[in-house]
Amino acid sequence: MRYIPNTDADRQAMLEAMGLTTIEDLFSGIPKGLRLNGPLSIPKALSEQEVLRHMRMLAGRNANVEDYAAFLGAGAYHHFIPSIVPVLTSRGEFMTAYTPYQPEMAQGTLQAVYEYQTLVCQLTDMEVANASLYDGSTGVAEAVLMARRVTQRDEVLLSEAVHPEYGAVLRTYLQNLGMRVHEVPVDGAGQTPLARVREELSARTACVVVQSPNFFGVIEDLSGFAETLHHEKVLLVQAVAEPVSLGLLKPPGAWGADIVVGEGQAFGNALSYGGPYLGFFATRDRYVRQMPGRLAGETVDTEGRRGYVLTLSTREQHIRREKATSNICTNEGLCALAATIHLCTLGKVGLRRVAELNLQRASYARQQLAAIPGCRLPFSGPTFNEFVLETPKPAGDLIQQLSAHRLIPGIDLGRFYSGRSHQLLMCVTEMNPREDIDRLCSAVSTAIRAS
Amino acid sequence: MENRQTNAVQGIQGLVFREDLIFEQSAPGRVGYSLPAAEVPEIPAETAIPAHLLRDEVAGFPEVAELDVLRHFTRLSQWNYAIDLGTFPLGSCTMKYNPRVNEEAAKIPGFSRIHPYEPEELVQGALQLMYELERYLAEISGMDRVTLQPAAGAHGELTGLLMIRAYHASKGNPRRKVILPDSAHGTNPASSALCGYQVIELKSSKEGVVDPQAVAEVMDEDVAALMTTNPNTLGIFEKHIQTVSDIVHRKGGLVYCDGANLNALVGIARPGDMGFDVIQFNLHKTFSTPHGGGGPGAGPVGVKAPLMPFLPVPVVEQDGDRYRLDYNRPQSIGRVRAFYGNFGMLVRAYTYIRTLGPDGLRRMAETAVLNANYLLHRIKDYYEVPYPERPMHECVVSDKHQVEHGVKALDIAKRLIDYGYHPPTIYFPLIVKGALMIEPTESEGKERVDRLAEALIQIAQEAEKDPETVLRAPTRTVVSRLNETRAAREPNYCWNGR
Repeated sequence: MRYIPNTDADRQAMLEAMGLTTIEDLFSGIPKGLRLNGPLSIPKALSEQEVLRHMRMLAGRNANVEDYAAFLGAGAYHHFIPSIVPVLTSRGEFMTAYTPYQPEMAQGTLQAVYEYQTLVCQLTDMEVANASLYDGSTGVAEAVLMARRVTQRDEVLLSEAVHPEYGAVLRTYLQNLGMRVHEVPVDGAGQTPLARVREELSARTACVVVQSPNFFGVIEDLSGFAETLHHEKVLLVQAVAEPVSLGLLKPPGAWGADIVVGEGQAFGNALSYGGPYLGFFATRDRYVRQMPGRLAGETVDTEGRRGYVLTLSTREQHIRREKATSNICTNEGLCALAATIHLCTLGKVGLRRVAELNLQRASYARQQLAAIPGCRLPFSGPTFNEFVLETPKPAGDLIQQLSAHRLIPGIDLGRFYSGRSHQLLMCVTEMNPREDIDRLCSAVSTAIRAS
Repeated sequence: MENRQTNAVQGIQGLVFREDLIFEQSAPGRVGYSLPAAEVPEIPAETAIPAHLLRDEVAGFPEVAELDVLRHFTRLSQWNYAIDLGTFPLGSCTMKYNPRVNEEAAKIPGFSRIHPYEPEELVQGALQLMYELERYLAEISGMDRVTLQPAAGAHGELTGLLMIRAYHASKGNPRRKVILPDSAHGTNPASSALCGYQVIELKSSKEGVVDPQAVAEVMDEDVAALMTTNPNTLGIFEKHIQTVSDIVHRKGGLVYCDGANLNALVGIARPGDMGFDVIQFNLHKTFSTPHGGGGPGAGPVGVKAPLMPFLPVPVVEQDGDRYRLDYNRPQSIGRVRAFYGNFGMLVRAYTYIRTLGPDGLRRMAETAVLNANYLLHRIKDYYEVPYPERPMHECVVSDKHQVEHGVKALDIAKRLIDYGYHPPTIYFPLIVKGALMIEPTESEGKERVDRLAEALIQIAQEAEKDPETVLRAPTRTVVSRLNETRAAREPNYCWNGR
């Protein structure tokens, strides 16, 4: 078997050197009754060409977003990944390296992590970022747990417009920890109203969690949030599911956020049916010791040369065990590297340009779709590259009808919120050419007229 | 080319590497991006979004041409050691070959370019892959049902513990304690605490295994679970596991298996047959998905039937030849992450299992165990072996002999770097002072195991005859030992030079 070099002759030589006769001798410590008597019931081995053929067959049963015109977002975004990103992340020196516990032989990984941390801080206008968490959803859970440690309080105010699956994960994480989650509904603009947040604040509130752009695609206006919350010693946690928006939008740090958490998939990571993705996490220097996750820091070696190491490890599980800030060990290192390379490639100007392009294509689509008789935009607030369209037909029916035309118009909001089954969450990026947008509008229009 | 800040020469000069931060290589106006024309009206942002919601450009963001980005990261990669370069015997991490056919499979557009919210009829291949992978993992481990949702081992541990707690809660008492051996990996108590459990540590027996007596003494109806690993973190098979499981089960508790060490058992024996009720798999260990410098991994969890109602939602179900996602699971612990799992890693692990088949998987485990035993046999006269029991896929020695000459496990590790190897895991498990945990994996041929052994032997001899050489190590790396104290005391986590 080509992955296992040792031949039967090698095995014999090694056994003999140890004074053993058969491989069986190595397993004599396992009770006989536990030993398997026959091979596992799984399919027989396939050659390399056969396995690829099988995988292509399975993959062929999936509609990929380049064969269909898809307008899907909601925490997973179809953006262009420059060719050099996978070329670099597939280098064996990056891909098959380990967590950089031995820094002398991992400066490549460590310097890249330091650069990643810097980019996250620059994007979000925060002071310190970690080396990654699993994804946006677990990131929100970790942010709330951190807010609990910092404030020693046990209530969370969660905007209803935070990604519902992020909210679900938060509730799973909190279920045994005696913390309560109160939901704050959005207003007619589709934004989380400060007045309502203020009403719900109490002496037990640890943090308020908002997402911007939010799940309805609406850009939150966080004017006054930080001042109000900080007056009550409550932390402001801002989630960002579509970080391309940060090319244009006021960053969370500028809003006074204490913790910023989000989904970095949009930078350099394939859609890949929902994973592996990338949780980015940033906070203020004064909270760094409560921050979960790995952290790279700059230092020098014995000769005074600049180098990087993992630092503040006493926060982590391998040192602090049950008192650790998190149980996280393996995180999303290669995904963070992909995001780093992607962002370096986009650069200052490219980041802004791609954000503008997303806004322009989405605005065009939004305008065309809202003009279809019977359709309307239920939220009046400003949007970036996602928006909700209300249609006379149930969204689920539209989606089903349009798939016959190799079109996926969006997501049925009724799947996440009761009473919204006539609302489609639609996303338009630089990967949706105008031709596809026009085809979408025409198909939606036709489908509605037909009913 | 010179670094403006340090005057140090940049680029490759023989074997000397100097690499500025990407920000230090930035120059205004340089571009690396490519974008299509708008094709639609190019409205300025201010016409669509109120000005106070907009930002200025991102200060300090790099402006670098494409080739310079490529060169920067290519050069950085050359500073790394990796499995692709040589033996990587890190105990408990199972640093085996990451097959490239797995990468080819994951890249296929029908896997890499599918959106998690596509209608189910349009992703039947993805659902089928998940369904089948669950069954392979269940078969390998002797469990009844598997969830692929968790993103890594620690995440899987939390998921398993949440299910254990939900199970107990459904019987009227969630219980308050988890017991685990003093040799447990740090994620075990950390995950327990995250679940709201108090951790009770058990002293391992003098044979290095979980002691049935010790378990019996603490086991009561307030203990939710025993959390352990088999083989354990000493690489030794937990020979009392069935007895211990009985003790726990008799008081209504459950037994959790940290599956990090599964590479020793595949095709040989199954945790589900030993009394374990839950197990998390580390696909980035046993199942060859690449470590990536710190992930991504995947931590699926297998459970016995009584825990099935509590699995995270959604669950992949099959109706005839159609697959679907079932959300109708009223007793589920809920979601542990958005979407369905680290799907890209599931594709890789699936490809690996289909490549090896039952015979290949068995040979993998046999060879992993053979290699570790052979290595131990070769070095046992030079390093103290704290526990005499035959290990499985990894062996633990200590620095006891070397400490007599002022050389510690850390120094041995750093010197091994000079010999061209990544060191073994050091100072873990905690129950062995000055531990070195070595796991060659089945990916190494006999001659490589021999060479690793010879390097370790030479270092042992150096420790005795020329300890200074060991204490100064590493000297053949790009940087020498780094000042970790300074990193903690003079925080610098983010480039701030504008």
